[in-house]
Amino acid sequence: MSDQTFTYEACGQVLVIHLPRELDHHNCRNLKYETDLLLAENYISKVVFDFSRTQFMDSSGIGILLNRYKQMERSGGRVNLYGVNAQVGRVLKIGGIPTLMEHFETKEAAIAG
Amino acid sequence: MERFRMELESLSKNEEFARVVVAVFLSRIDPTLEELDDVKTAVSEAVTNAELHGYGGGEGIIQVEVELDGRELTVRVKDSGVGIPDVAKAREPLFTTDTTGERSGMGFSFMEAFMDELEVESAPGVGTTVIMKKTIGR
Repeated sequence: MSDQTFTYEACGQVLVIHLPRELDHHNCRNLKYETDLLLAENYISKVVFDFSRTQFMDSSGIGILLNRYKQMERSGGRVNLYGVNAQVGRVLKIGGIPTLMEHFETKEAAIAG
Repeated sequence: MERFRMELESLSKNEEFARVVVAVFLSRIDPTLEELDDVKTAVSEAVTNAELHGYGGGEGIIQVEVELDGRELTVRVKDSGVGIPDVAKAREPLFTTDTTGERSGMGFSFMEAFMDELEVESAPGVGTTVIMKKTIGR
């Protein structure tokens, strides 16, 4: 599995998005197109972001999380996270993400939560 | 005082290059991991702004100047792009000119949050210089 790009995994109605090692503007360029397509063609009630490979994130990452949140909110769905490290955790907090999305310890918990 | 300066082409792949180079330079004074991450995040924000807003995603040169005076770090990120007509407005949290919905508008807020000081000099048609300072090992 490449750590430079996003990879997607469907678990029933849950779409798991495995995030790259460096979550910056450069690596976020294709995400919008890809997730828009996946959300349009499948019934997805929950998006789970996997941060377990992500070592760095800046406000570009916040932008893509917020946009997915708005998309899911419109259809009554939710967004969960797992695998967040210390640097990413601080960036998420400054970006106001913890009030919108719940963080889980494991993938299984994030999918079920 | 130690310093270096580099010129980068305005390309998205240089965002990571710029923040890693600054982090390697800073590691000489043995910062904490948290301080390194703070500086990397702020540099990434400034370089991304220069590329996306200064040059509008087009060609251009981004200058990154780094100075270490004892434990005081100064980073200058300069572009010769379109400039910012209203700096105060651009610095407002969540302000963005983006229409795709993918940009958070938090770039300047992040630079402020992760560094001690942020100064933005800009003139339309001339370009923008972002000056960020942080004391390491406070």
